[in-house]
Amino acid sequence: MLKIDFLTKKFGDKTAVDAANISVDKPTMIGIIGRSGAGKSTLLRMVNRLSDATSGTITFEGEEITTLRGAARRDWQSRCAMIFQQFNLVPRMDVVSNVLHGTLNKRSTFATMFNLYPQSDIHKAIEILDRLGIAEQAPKRAEALSGGQQQRVAIARALMQDPKIILADEPIASLDPMNAQVVMQSLRDIHEQDGRMVIANLHTLDTARRYCDRVIGMRDGRIVFDGTPAQLTTGVARDIYGAGAGFSEAATSTEIETLDRSEVRGAEAYA
Amino acid sequence: MTDISIDQAPKSVDSIQSNYMAQVQRRRLYGGLTLLIFAVLMVSGFNIADDRNAGGFWDGLHQIGDYPADVLSEAWEKRADLPGLIAQYFPALIETINIAAVSTLIGAIGGLFLSLAGTRGLAKWPRLIPLFRRISDMMRAVPEIVIALMLIFVLGGGPVPAMIAIAIHTAGALGKMFSEVAENADLKPVEGLASTGATWAQRMLLGVLPQVAPNYLSYTLLRFEINIRASAILGFVGAGGLGYELRNAMAWGPGRFDEAAAIFVLLFGTIVFFDQVSSRYRNRLTEGERQ
Repeated sequence: MLKIDFLTKKFGDKTAVDAANISVDKPTMIGIIGRSGAGKSTLLRMVNRLSDATSGTITFEGEEITTLRGAARRDWQSRCAMIFQQFNLVPRMDVVSNVLHGTLNKRSTFATMFNLYPQSDIHKAIEILDRLGIAEQAPKRAEALSGGQQQRVAIARALMQDPKIILADEPIASLDPMNAQVVMQSLRDIHEQDGRMVIANLHTLDTARRYCDRVIGMRDGRIVFDGTPAQLTTGVARDIYGAGAGFSEAATSTEIETLDRSEVRGAEAYA
Repeated sequence: MTDISIDQAPKSVDSIQSNYMAQVQRRRLYGGLTLLIFAVLMVSGFNIADDRNAGGFWDGLHQIGDYPADVLSEAWEKRADLPGLIAQYFPALIETINIAAVSTLIGAIGGLFLSLAGTRGLAKWPRLIPLFRRISDMMRAVPEIVIALMLIFVLGGGPVPAMIAIAIHTAGALGKMFSEVAENADLKPVEGLASTGATWAQRMLLGVLPQVAPNYLSYTLLRFEINIRASAILGFVGAGGLGYELRNAMAWGPGRFDEAAAIFVLLFGTIVFFDQVSSRYRNRLTEGERQ
């Protein structure tokens, strides 16, 4: 389905992503891990075409993505939804309007100016919100919601696009453990029930381990690990993060259970 | 592909949907009415204005290009003189820019004091905040040209009345903009300095100014651009500089349109030049230097 070949992004003389190769043949939930500045966000932004690649190609179902321009690029972006760390909603607009923004690619600017969305779309937006458990918030302004609720509105906006791929750039990095779990579980459900591909940048190892079918590790712009969560041993994780022997997974965990079973986790990872 | 489970609470979803639809209908109705009222007011207002117009809008519309065409054709015929004329009027341009620069500088200093004295949380005399605010309101409410006319009447024509007039307006306008920036300044450093026993002036100088300086400079540069235009206009009422020459050239009518064209070229060039320079600096100030 998705094939990324020698994708490179340079900012001046600094290489953010260095000849990345990823091949995905069926809808999978993929977690990308690595230190801040490892190039995770840049990689996702290139897939969505928010930023242009310096060289290399991205192909989706035989279609070359990296060379799309104008309307074709916007059409691709509507098929490849993105979720951000800071939610990136329009704070002063109500929740349903924010979800309806997922249909902007199909709407004319004129219709958008007068807020003319078809009734079927409005109903669908509220159904998606209900699926994510926040239908009651529908008429409220987005800024009035908690972080976890806002992130679910952002997921609803992504679902409204009816995308083949959902890219999530640190979706839980600004959330508390409880909300992080709800958001990750929603993404997992979307993957399992709708069969959509989900690619998420994550900065905690255990989240990647728990929710993803495949984990990709990046360091200094290079892909240094690509495999199943089971193959991700503590030794590999130390390599990815460039950490010393003092590194422990429990130290970065956002899961509540970790508090009780830090020794178990450590032993498991070594095994 | 979309598998939407609505089995949990279909009733509540239905009611949420219908409530939201009702809200949307209401909003659309209000929006449509507002648009209608706006359109009606625009059309009727235009008609009233057109009726009162001495010449008539539609009768005059096709003549709109006549004057620029006269100026341009005459300037084109005498295009060989243009460089000489530009050189001749260059000192007047310098005078215009000088008026703008001095008045921006004086106005910015005045605006700085007005803003610090008129901002809640920063003012030295909190009770007098409304007084300073009204002073800055009045200073920017009166157009430069009115103040200049009064001062020219008292002091006689020349660049000094224009400079004072623009400086007064600038102080009022910048006082308002500066105080809006200062309102958003973080007060924690000010509190920190107060805890060391610093005076009001020291607190402002070290606690507030470093925070607001980029914005202040950016607004000042914007004002400098505006003031170049203002000082050119003030020449029309006898305050010297490029505007004075332009009025003479235009008032003489055909025969001196080449001079008018030369002055226009100078004025456009200057405004474009300072616009570009200041917008580049303002971008750098607000976004920070790019690595």
